[in-house]
Amino acid sequence: MTDESRAGSGGGPGSPPGPPDSSTKVPSLVEAQAAAIAEARRLREQRAQTPAAATPPTPAPPRARVPTLVEADAVHESLLARHHKVYPRLVTGVFANLRVAFVALTLGLYYILPWFNWGTGRQAFLIDLPGRKFEFFAWTFWPQDLIYLTAILILAALALFFFTTILGRVWCGFTCPQTVWTEVFLWIERQIDGDRMKQIKLAQGPWTATKLGKRFAKHTVWILFSLWTGFTFVGFFTPIRELAVAAVRFDFSAWEAFWVFFYGFATYGNAGWLREQVCIYMCPYARFQGVMFDRNTLIISYNDQRGEPRGSRSRKSDPRAQQLGHCIDCTLCVQVCPTGIDIRQGQQYQCIACAACVDVCDSVMEKMKYPKGLIGYTTLNTLEGRPEKLLRPRVLLYAGLLTSITLALVVSVLLRVPLGLDIIRDRGSLYRDTADGRIENVYTLKVLNMDHVAHEYRLLARGIDDIEVAMDTKAISIGAAEVREVAVRLQVNPAALTQRSTKIVLRLEALDDPSLVVEEGTRFLGPF
Amino acid sequence: MHDFVSNFWPWYIFVLVVASFVGMFWLLIWLRGATVAPGEKAETMGHVWDENLEELNNPLPTWWANLFYITLFFGIGYLALYPALGLWKGALGWTQTGQWEKEMKDAENRYGPLYEKYRSTELSALVADKDAARIGQRLFATYCTNCHGSDGGGGPGFPNLRDKDWLYGGKPEDIVASIANGRRGTMPGWAAALGEPGVQQVSEYVLSLSGRKVDQNAALAGKEKFQQICAACHGAEGKGNPALGAPNLTDSVWLYGGTQTAVMKTIREGRQGVMPAHGELLGEAKVRLLAAYVYSLSQEQQTK
Repeated sequence: MTDESRAGSGGGPGSPPGPPDSSTKVPSLVEAQAAAIAEARRLREQRAQTPAAATPPTPAPPRARVPTLVEADAVHESLLARHHKVYPRLVTGVFANLRVAFVALTLGLYYILPWFNWGTGRQAFLIDLPGRKFEFFAWTFWPQDLIYLTAILILAALALFFFTTILGRVWCGFTCPQTVWTEVFLWIERQIDGDRMKQIKLAQGPWTATKLGKRFAKHTVWILFSLWTGFTFVGFFTPIRELAVAAVRFDFSAWEAFWVFFYGFATYGNAGWLREQVCIYMCPYARFQGVMFDRNTLIISYNDQRGEPRGSRSRKSDPRAQQLGHCIDCTLCVQVCPTGIDIRQGQQYQCIACAACVDVCDSVMEKMKYPKGLIGYTTLNTLEGRPEKLLRPRVLLYAGLLTSITLALVVSVLLRVPLGLDIIRDRGSLYRDTADGRIENVYTLKVLNMDHVAHEYRLLARGIDDIEVAMDTKAISIGAAEVREVAVRLQVNPAALTQRSTKIVLRLEALDDPSLVVEEGTRFLGPF
Repeated sequence: MHDFVSNFWPWYIFVLVVASFVGMFWLLIWLRGATVAPGEKAETMGHVWDENLEELNNPLPTWWANLFYITLFFGIGYLALYPALGLWKGALGWTQTGQWEKEMKDAENRYGPLYEKYRSTELSALVADKDAARIGQRLFATYCTNCHGSDGGGGPGFPNLRDKDWLYGGKPEDIVASIANGRRGTMPGWAAALGEPGVQQVSEYVLSLSGRKVDQNAALAGKEKFQQICAACHGAEGKGNPALGAPNLTDSVWLYGGTQTAVMKTIREGRQGVMPAHGELLGEAKVRLLAAYVYSLSQEQQTK
């Protein structure tokens, strides 16, 4: 875990760390933090020994700053930087609870949704790729309904813009799958290894039987959970109940096996190993969110005017008398950070706005009986004492687009006719003369019954006087969710034709349901 | 590779591929040589954006370089196994034709048994079988519609399969023979024998056979010529002869058009109709399925 070149630098517990001269020797994050904590403890003990009343309040000595991950890496400034494992400390509070709620909501939806049925034996949510169908509760969507997917994708993008503009990176902190699954993996890790300090100790300790056992337990639980995740993922694409039977029998098809293991592996790798590196190095969204921010966007920030100069002090002492700000430099905000940064250095692209530091700092402020919000959700404008503005032009624009596209989508889904008609003109001949002197055109109709029940349809044509539909049967009957090709002959009196090619309209209507009507235009060719 | 006419091209490809591989290896090793010691900053490329964003010339990360090495070794393995290097045929002996043949065989193994049961089914039973009709319809759409139309209604020069008029007989067995072995309908041109007035007279007579109003005198003259020349195939009454594929001229079904101009053209220049043989292409089962479907088309028309 520790880099050879950095081991031994920085100063161990007990010895005061040197000045933050990062150009020569830089301690690893964990070492530096441990040293800072030890130093804080030493000072606290020192003060406890000397009666508070006896010593006049003196300014605290300048304190070594804990270098953050970024700073520690800044020396190398290259892609070859070693990875420092981040051990986020357990945090409780308003935002932690909110995140738990979002984890429960999103993962609950993910793991439970495929098990719902709508109608007998019909999975309520199923993307049936071989069948080219998307089952969605009462609806069945076909490739012809691609426009709805387009609308949903546009909505998703706009929603991302809208919420990011107002709330900053809430997506990252609360709903992103990377965050959500990592949260679960962290929880599992804490159940087995304990919290941050125990984890660090275990990682640095020798490979004892206990460590081996704990590692085995952790990875086993992680892998099982990942496989379940992969299984559920495939369950969105193949009926999950059949998949469960196949899983019990170890009887997956090649593709099912591939995706179960691939998605399982991706979960295990991303949430177990890569974690914050996905956000920092891999995620494109993390990088381009900046352009959606403005001065009124909510950001997590440290109020340095209030916090500085930072320093530890007795809970009873008056910070002003010690010339200290409200930051007691407990470094808890750094310890809880899942991306290993120090929020007190200002806005950083690594910050996923999870608000763990807000929660933990608030709890410290409460203990110190200082007002909360030293680290909090604010805007740049608030920080600089300017008025905040919620309804900016871009917010209004996003909101307007979001509302109108949502409305259009809902209305068009509700008005959707589960019947499709494609007309293909015969290519062999342009037209035919019939025995009784009429002109005949032949078409192949592709009729898609996208409904759950079979229907009988009647075909009508218009556009030319006395145009007549000649079919073998009076009605076209198509089974539920079936596509059929039907050859149709249209006949007209040559006298009714005024040009070589005439626009006509074919109308298909269900005999049993007047709402099932679809019209499609085509052309009728004749001699001219 | 064997399609190249000149031996130059396989060598051209060989040299290009080998040179690219060597070049890429060299480039990679050369780039890996550059290192930046800890604490040392990589040299900049001289580009600066937004005040302090610099482009640095960092060496490739190891994992990334390894990906390149893996890709290159994969490429070498591929070149050894597959025919990608000039005239080299590849250690696996893979060919496009071979793969096509294999897939055809797989398809045969998969669908063969499905069709097998139809091979021995009676034609009359096939006509009544709904599943067989669905398969027949699909086969018809694939193999027959280009000429006969998607409804089987035919077109100029291509017989209508929906009516009760059959050039070579309309029993299912006859249709099987037509599809499997093909048909060749030959009507010779009679311009030399008849002369233009003769052609016109015969056409008047032929049209009168199906009850059309014609010039009676010309038709009478035409009748004589008809008996001499045409009756051999079309019969004395013009009812045609399925054994020869000679059309019935009395039923107002016209393969090449029923206008007088069209009929005269037929007499003058003759007609060559070809139905290609499909027996070898489709196999017996598919031919029988198609025949049953085509037969059912004409039956529907008659019962309607």
